[in-house]
Amino acid sequence: MKFGVIIFPGSNCDHDAYHVISKHVGQPVDFIWHRDIDLRSYDAVIIPGGFSYGDYLRAGALARFSPVMNSVNEFAAEGKLVLGICNGFQILCEAGLLPGALIRNRDLHFICGHVNVRVETADTPFTHELKEGGVLSMPIAHAEGNYVCDDATLSELRRDNRIVFRYCDANGEVTEAANPNGSRDNIAGICNRERNVMGLMPHPERACEDLLGSSDGREVFRSLAGVLATAA
Amino acid sequence: MSGRSPSLRLGVLTHGAADMKAKVYVTLKPSVLDPQGKAIQHSVELLGYQGIKDIRQGKYFEIAMDGFSDEEKARAEAMRMAREVLSNPIIEDFRVEIES
Repeated sequence: MKFGVIIFPGSNCDHDAYHVISKHVGQPVDFIWHRDIDLRSYDAVIIPGGFSYGDYLRAGALARFSPVMNSVNEFAAEGKLVLGICNGFQILCEAGLLPGALIRNRDLHFICGHVNVRVETADTPFTHELKEGGVLSMPIAHAEGNYVCDDATLSELRRDNRIVFRYCDANGEVTEAANPNGSRDNIAGICNRERNVMGLMPHPERACEDLLGSSDGREVFRSLAGVLATAA
Repeated sequence: MSGRSPSLRLGVLTHGAADMKAKVYVTLKPSVLDPQGKAIQHSVELLGYQGIKDIRQGKYFEIAMDGFSDEEKARAEAMRMAREVLSNPIIEDFRVEIES
């Protein structure tokens, strides 16, 4: 199995993602420059965090028009795995691969710190090795992480069990106080209808080593690798 | 050469085409909360401004255009740009004005 990490001008978590795939997942991984369009050799691509195009216009809005994104659309349509982290989540929403949008945090600040999220479904390639209802500690670092969508979209996400992570307290209770950015329904991560594209605001790639305060994020990448190993 | 001269470039330009300006206003949909607008409102109220009911923050773009034979063609192009790039239809509305 082979992973790709896409780099846009302004991406800054690309090396973290690369490190985790090579060191903790132990699989081959390439950086993919945003002007490259050939994704045929990859089984999964990661759209990492950062500030692609300086977050100009809207976070993720301009990255969507990079040449590689047409290929990502086709890649996703083929059922291959796409994981968008933070700015990657914003890009996937702007590109229409995931529903809804991420707007300015409720309290306007850039927030940087560890949060707890509850695993809402293990029925995705990104979470199947996780326990539903389990709590993960992962860092967030964003100013536009406030997830919004209309009522119809929210109903659909709930009905199809596509809300993957929700902000919660240390006991797994989903409360308003545990919602760091004002996201609708405490949503921290969602997947598409086909469940092969997931976006989330927290950074699992920065939570893979105890030295960094948490290694809970490893399970996301282990799930991914597990699915690919089974498919191979 | 002034910008108003007929251009000799191939293709899109029409004899007599004038420079135009598109003004695009992008605003958050009424259903979307605007924390920035709320913060601004809070500050102006602290400063003593009276009778402020609501403040919503938006974006404004000025787009210099040329080579369009009439306003409607320029408007159509600016509308397309506003819809596909300048706004996110999930959270924003837009309005286009053409000045020639």
